[in-house]
Amino acid sequence: MKDFKHIQTAHCENGVTVNLLQRQGLDFMTEPLAFGIGSGLFYIHIPFLKVNKGPAISFRSMPGAIFKRTCKMLEIDVTKKKFSSHEEAQKFLDAEIQKGHPVGCQVGVFHLMYFPKAYRFHFNAHNLIVYGKEGDNYLISDPIMEETTTLTTAELDKVRFAKGPLAPKGHLYYPNEAGEISDEILRKAIIKGIKHNTRDMMHIPSRRLGGKGINYTASQIRKWRSKHGERQAGLFLGQIVRMQEEIGTGGGGFRFLYAAFLEQASEILQDDRLIGISEQFTKAGDMWRDSAVQMAGIYKGRITSQKDFDHSADIMNEISAVEKQAFVALEKLKLRP
Amino acid sequence: MSNFTREVCYVKDENGKFVKGLSEGWETKQIALDNAWEEIERTVEEVKKEVLEGKVSPVKYFMELRIMDLPVLAGYTGFWSWQIKRHMKPKVFKKLSDKKLQIYADAFEVSIDDLTNFKG
Repeated sequence: MKDFKHIQTAHCENGVTVNLLQRQGLDFMTEPLAFGIGSGLFYIHIPFLKVNKGPAISFRSMPGAIFKRTCKMLEIDVTKKKFSSHEEAQKFLDAEIQKGHPVGCQVGVFHLMYFPKAYRFHFNAHNLIVYGKEGDNYLISDPIMEETTTLTTAELDKVRFAKGPLAPKGHLYYPNEAGEISDEILRKAIIKGIKHNTRDMMHIPSRRLGGKGINYTASQIRKWRSKHGERQAGLFLGQIVRMQEEIGTGGGGFRFLYAAFLEQASEILQDDRLIGISEQFTKAGDMWRDSAVQMAGIYKGRITSQKDFDHSADIMNEISAVEKQAFVALEKLKLRP
Repeated sequence: MSNFTREVCYVKDENGKFVKGLSEGWETKQIALDNAWEEIERTVEEVKKEVLEGKVSPVKYFMELRIMDLPVLAGYTGFWSWQIKRHMKPKVFKKLSDKKLQIYADAFEVSIDDLTNFKG
């Protein structure tokens, strides 16, 4: 494929979205914009699901949601396909590449050969772009990598058909041809994205979601030490840190990304009030980082008393309050396009 | 981390504006990842002992070795979780057909012999 340009981003799905939309002529698209318009910021303490017998927490919206919503808000149609047959999945992909279309693919990480083994868990919602084929090698642009890479036909088939929760089933997707995106559409998309995200974080009636979810996790942390013992409870904290700081978050549980989005939004909407709110999210990101350092003290075995677990929980309560304040402020702006 | 790729993060420049930066990694999360692997290795060793003592079948060992859990293994084998739990009992495991053993062997990327002549 001629003139394919690799773009590295913090988060894989943002990266695929930015890259494919820029190719459709949306030169202004950046990772923070894609993340914000797609209302990517989230918090959920997932019920019924355990990871390594510990908590399953996500700091961003459902896999696939960012691409879907960003395109929808910008009024761009998308093509999406899943397959039951491996052959069909490959045939469809090959035909798209032949036509010169780079394609987004959902893949599992466990068999993703260019990742070091230490990072290969059974996580099935990673995203990459396939942009060409040379002999038996597919040309791969993985947004979290600095450089492009390749996968053989067999390797790519394996990751596209990884099994287990969130199995990709060969899922591929790309935006259809986009027309001119007017300033008005962009402004509307940004405002809709902000409103959607405010609703997700504040107004879903569940104690495990949004700001309430952060407090829910905090209340669990207070019980872990007596319930599971120091070692196990420490491992659970390590798990929270891993989810918050895993490759692709850009750090601070995606909060810095959202702060960067509001900063760009303030320029596009010419609304200085957003700068102040952006700073509140930067503060939240910093607090998530501090919280990770404090939790690390516990899982390194340096501080392990109940008081230290309570301290972790206290910090999370504070973060919840800061984020709530920021979203209330966003709501009060009553943004209009 | 840095021997694999640097990762993008968003940091403030001298004017207080966000810019894309490249990070070499962070000790705090490296330790969390190292701990997670230590725990996996500890579990694998523990289950290996249990298999050799005849308390559980090799299905459980290879599940832990491939860092799977029941939903993931169910995905790769097409068995239900309750079936897999039964197959983890040595008595039930001994009576598994070659066809079922092959399904496990494929899921774990080992041979049937690795399963039936378990040496750890």
